[in-house]
Amino acid sequence: MIQFDTVHKRFPNGTTAVHDLTLDMPEGGVTVFVGSSGCGKTTSLRMINRMVDPTSGTIRVGGRDVLEQDAAELRRSIGYVIQQSGLFPHRTVLDNIATVPLLLGWGRRKARARAAELLETVGLTAEAGKRYPHQLSGGQQQRVGVARALAADPPVLLMDEPFGAVDPVVRTQLQDELLRLQQELNKTIVFVTHDIDEAVRLGDRIAVFRTGGHLVQCAPPAELLARPADDFVADFLGAERGLKLLSLTTLADVGQGPAPEGTGWELVLDAARKPLLWRDEGTSAEVPVRPLRDSDSLLSALNESIAAPGGLVARVDADGVLTGVTSRDEIHDRAGLAHIAAGTRLDTPEDAGDTSDTAVHEDTDVAS
Amino acid sequence: MYELFKNLGAWLVDGDQWAGPDGIGHRLAEHLQYSLLATLIAAVIALPLGLLIGHTGRGAFLAINLSSFGRALPTVGLVVLVFLASGLSMWPVYIALVALAVPSIVTNTYAGMSAVDPEVKDAARGQGMRGHQVLFQVELPLAMPLIMTGLRLALIQVVATATIAAYVSFGGLGRYVFDGLAQRDLVQVLGGAVLVAVVAVVLDLALSALQRALFRHRPAKSA
Repeated sequence: MIQFDTVHKRFPNGTTAVHDLTLDMPEGGVTVFVGSSGCGKTTSLRMINRMVDPTSGTIRVGGRDVLEQDAAELRRSIGYVIQQSGLFPHRTVLDNIATVPLLLGWGRRKARARAAELLETVGLTAEAGKRYPHQLSGGQQQRVGVARALAADPPVLLMDEPFGAVDPVVRTQLQDELLRLQQELNKTIVFVTHDIDEAVRLGDRIAVFRTGGHLVQCAPPAELLARPADDFVADFLGAERGLKLLSLTTLADVGQGPAPEGTGWELVLDAARKPLLWRDEGTSAEVPVRPLRDSDSLLSALNESIAAPGGLVARVDADGVLTGVTSRDEIHDRAGLAHIAAGTRLDTPEDAGDTSDTAVHEDTDVAS
Repeated sequence: MYELFKNLGAWLVDGDQWAGPDGIGHRLAEHLQYSLLATLIAAVIALPLGLLIGHTGRGAFLAINLSSFGRALPTVGLVVLVFLASGLSMWPVYIALVALAVPSIVTNTYAGMSAVDPEVKDAARGQGMRGHQVLFQVELPLAMPLIMTGLRLALIQVVATATIAAYVSFGGLGRYVFDGLAQRDLVQVLGGAVLVAVVAVVLDLALSALQRALFRHRPAKSA
């Protein structure tokens, strides 16, 4: 859907922002550009909708060279969300969302109707549409920014650190919303962030950039975490990359059974068989229980198994009814298997084609 | 002193003083006509200039320094200069008043344009607006409060200075000031001055109120 072919960007002041970038982003799915500041990830993103033009090389969107298209028309066909939302302070939320439809000449009534529809899509009330951007919270503004980008139903969405300026709780909510929206809409999304956790959470593929505009590695999150291409990527992923990998696997495949005898702890249930708490059989001391569902990650299971007394994790179904318990050892074993699976996937021949986009560039011109 | 103010009061409320071609009503109308026309001409010259400089970012030096240049320009000197060149006509008055008004309009328009958040301009381009659409749909509306402040300042300055029309034998409220000076009639001089001040203050308050009403939805930060 989006192809970079040996794209190079040098700014007039002589700095190289993007160095010979070759990258192919398939239709549908989220590609996340990560890297520290000055690594060229934002410049790469902005070259897709011609906010920046490359010095050399070609970028194609849907097979068409972007440089051969009228910049304004190209931008209207691509959704664009930026940090701090960049909403127009003098227009109501509804009119902000209607921006691109109006530019496309849909007419005011149709554009507003579409905007009202999108307010709901991004989880805002109709009442919010009449307000002005400064009357909304940061998280709400960011939702409006997403709605504005989606207004003309573009196949491609560019998101430049859209959740960088909101607090962590709201950021998690917005990430969940984006994943839900993406499941519904299946856009081709390019997402820039410097937060590796956000990248792992949202990305179907993660492209790691290094200062000087080099793409170091582009791979699905599990592969990236299990097999970083070099020390730079490994450092960037952080010391807990093993644990991050566990956030990608769910508890679903981990076995469960009745609570074993002799641990000294009894799981107390209510009348509907929902776990209430752990009780020490000797002292009757009570410890709160945090039951997990199949959709919870192996990371949260590991966390819970450490926190829970006796190393036992209570498992429940979607209604919160107990289905069984899982021991710390089982979770640990499963975590190890997840690592091995992620690490060896590269070596299986039938998957080799999927990972050929892993690009490692030579360090021919290290800037410093 | 008390006598002077009593006479001034009597002068201002005297019905005869307000009527006729030499009356305050007529002089006030003349004064407003000079002021509004001069400000309008200045706006026609200064607004496009300020918008162009603000939109392109070129010529910012001119926009920033024009206001100090305008302040340094001696208005009466300019009147006399143009008077000597053109002879007896309204030209000297209008040229001097326009020259007075242009700098504050250009400077404030530029200030308003440069105060528009670059992120918002970037977003406007990113949504697919062309240059003129960014200018008229985003930059101009956002710069409007400061542009109006510039127009208001210009108008007030022009109202206060339009007395010079009488200096080259035309009308307006300056008539009382210059006639009074010639006749050593202090009450008349003072009456003219007070009227000019009142007109300036009333216009200023009215335009401020209008501005507040127009931009009540704006976040408080833009001044």
